[in-house]
Amino acid sequence: MSQPARLHHVEPGRAEFYHRLLRQMLLVRRFEERAGEAYAQGQIGGFCHLYIGQEAVAVGALNAIRPDDYVFASYREHAHAIIAGTAPGAVMAELFGREGGCSGGKGGSMHLFNVEHNFLGGHGIVGAHLPLAAGAAFASRYRGTDQVVLCFFGEAAVNIGAFHETLNMAALWELPVVFLCENNRYGMGTALERAAAVWDVYRRACSYDMAEETVDGMDVLAVYEATRGAVTRARQEHLPTLLEARTYRYMGHSMADPIHGHYRTKEELEEQKLQDPIQRLLRQLLDDELMTDAAIERMRGEVEQEVEEALRFADESPEPPPEALYTDVYRD
Amino acid sequence: MPVVTYRDALNQALREEMDRDPNVFLMGEEVGVYQGAYKVSRGLLEAFNERRVIDTPIAELGFAGIGVGAAMVGLRPVIEFMTWNFALLAVDQVVNSAAKMLYMSGGQIPIPIVFRGPGGAALQLAAQHSQALESWYAHVPGLKVVAPATPYDAKGLLKAAIRDDNPVVFLEGEMLYNAKGEVPDGDYTVPIGVADVKREGSDVTLICHSKTVTVAERAAERLAAELDVSAEVVDLRSIRPLDTETIVTSVQKTNRCVVVEEGWPFCGVGAQVVDELQRRAFDSLDAPVLRVTSADVPMPYNKKLERAAKPNPDRVIAAVKQVAYLD
Repeated sequence: MSQPARLHHVEPGRAEFYHRLLRQMLLVRRFEERAGEAYAQGQIGGFCHLYIGQEAVAVGALNAIRPDDYVFASYREHAHAIIAGTAPGAVMAELFGREGGCSGGKGGSMHLFNVEHNFLGGHGIVGAHLPLAAGAAFASRYRGTDQVVLCFFGEAAVNIGAFHETLNMAALWELPVVFLCENNRYGMGTALERAAAVWDVYRRACSYDMAEETVDGMDVLAVYEATRGAVTRARQEHLPTLLEARTYRYMGHSMADPIHGHYRTKEELEEQKLQDPIQRLLRQLLDDELMTDAAIERMRGEVEQEVEEALRFADESPEPPPEALYTDVYRD
Repeated sequence: MPVVTYRDALNQALREEMDRDPNVFLMGEEVGVYQGAYKVSRGLLEAFNERRVIDTPIAELGFAGIGVGAAMVGLRPVIEFMTWNFALLAVDQVVNSAAKMLYMSGGQIPIPIVFRGPGGAALQLAAQHSQALESWYAHVPGLKVVAPATPYDAKGLLKAAIRDDNPVVFLEGEMLYNAKGEVPDGDYTVPIGVADVKREGSDVTLICHSKTVTVAERAAERLAAELDVSAEVVDLRSIRPLDTETIVTSVQKTNRCVVVEEGWPFCGVGAQVVDELQRRAFDSLDAPVLRVTSADVPMPYNKKLERAAKPNPDRVIAAVKQVAYLD
């Protein structure tokens, strides 16, 4: 585990950077809270996997890459799509299944895409996007660019064959990809300890002689620094990394699932919330006098407004026209 | 016109398309140093080096997915499966990733990829190595499925598949690699979705593809010689999209039809053809359409049992006698 980042001796410009991290975490937290409400009201259908509790991972990691790098994510990816550059309104409209959604209303919560910002999904089969990410990294090598691929997945994906096949080839062919495991401890309702013979995900890398690191996934600055190191390794040495961020999800696996119950206790959940990534950064910023209470309130207000605008945009966005059913099956 | 094998026709297609487009690369098991398990990629490693001819570990799911990922960012991969039997390990990437990406991204991400390799039974390879899986893939919207029977079609269709912006499942006949035929020098394509009348006839239509084209042609020769029955042989070439127009036109002329395929009968390619015919050519049919397929069993190893399981000219002739009421 890395040390908690110290903010006391920050150079000029760093405060703004921390503010950005905080703002992004607040934004995606509020987005998810409101998405949960919209789901309960029947405005969002199907499966909807919320990210609340894990914000430090997507925010820290996505601030460590360049705009021309590629991002792949699983089905718990609303936050990743937004931080990668997708307008919150386009994400919310996608959850609403509307034409203005980032996938035209045809992908839904699990299949967000935004090619303009190199956000390449949004994949619903556990572990199946790891080879896709390696494929994009292969393309970087093939073309001789220095683009890096950042691939997010949950800890339950490390037991599936695609994970191992992909890590082997990524190491063998020296592909510039960062495999970022968001270990939130539960694959749906099955604890990692009940599903894996090896409980430290990062140790899986040794099978493939791959660089690895584990990081406190509730500490946005630690995630940022760890990802930056892995991205540098990928960009400069073309080497992959398995990075394990230990985090926690506050909500159920999806909106259809209980928040706690047979597989975890309410007490465990409450204890984990004491590590809340947003509160942690807030405390640090206040303690180090890098932000005032008033500024924080102002930021919360802005974020609130941005999410409300996203909801309004989604609500006002039209349904896809009937003919959309048969478009985009094949490219002419 | 030069006469070349089906194998070399495919090799020419790969070579010419890799010459033409630097985004095209070949990836799969044994495609490079070993020169291809069936020698389709012979000489390509030497011609294009290991950057573009990539040997993989035995990890079908992984390298199929790597191909799809490369296609997502604009490369045009040709992924070779040593056989389609092994591609069952990769079916998640073919179906869930390649076929659906364009649709679920709202049209943002086309997947210009070719998955190719030999399918169908060879000789005494037993259950796990002998199966024709066309209908599995043809079931899936977003995929195109082609299965050429001749060297000419193999080359032209592979070039068309590589240039297509959609995922194409390209099924080669394991027993066809040594088949010879005329193949012109230089560039040409065979359009995907267009069937070919391999032999004209007036009394019955034999619909077939891949290896069963030969079965149908042999049956047609014997029907002409022994029974004075004139059979038209329609080679589908593409399973999806299916050239319903050519099928219907032929049956409107002959009024009788037998579908010959190497797959199993249940939900097979022939079932789709029959569905099209009963809707679009109902009034033209003088007899129910019959199907000659592989037996509805896993392929046995024993040589005689295996022979009994596969479509052959005798079974086609028997079916033609039935639809022509010659029994």
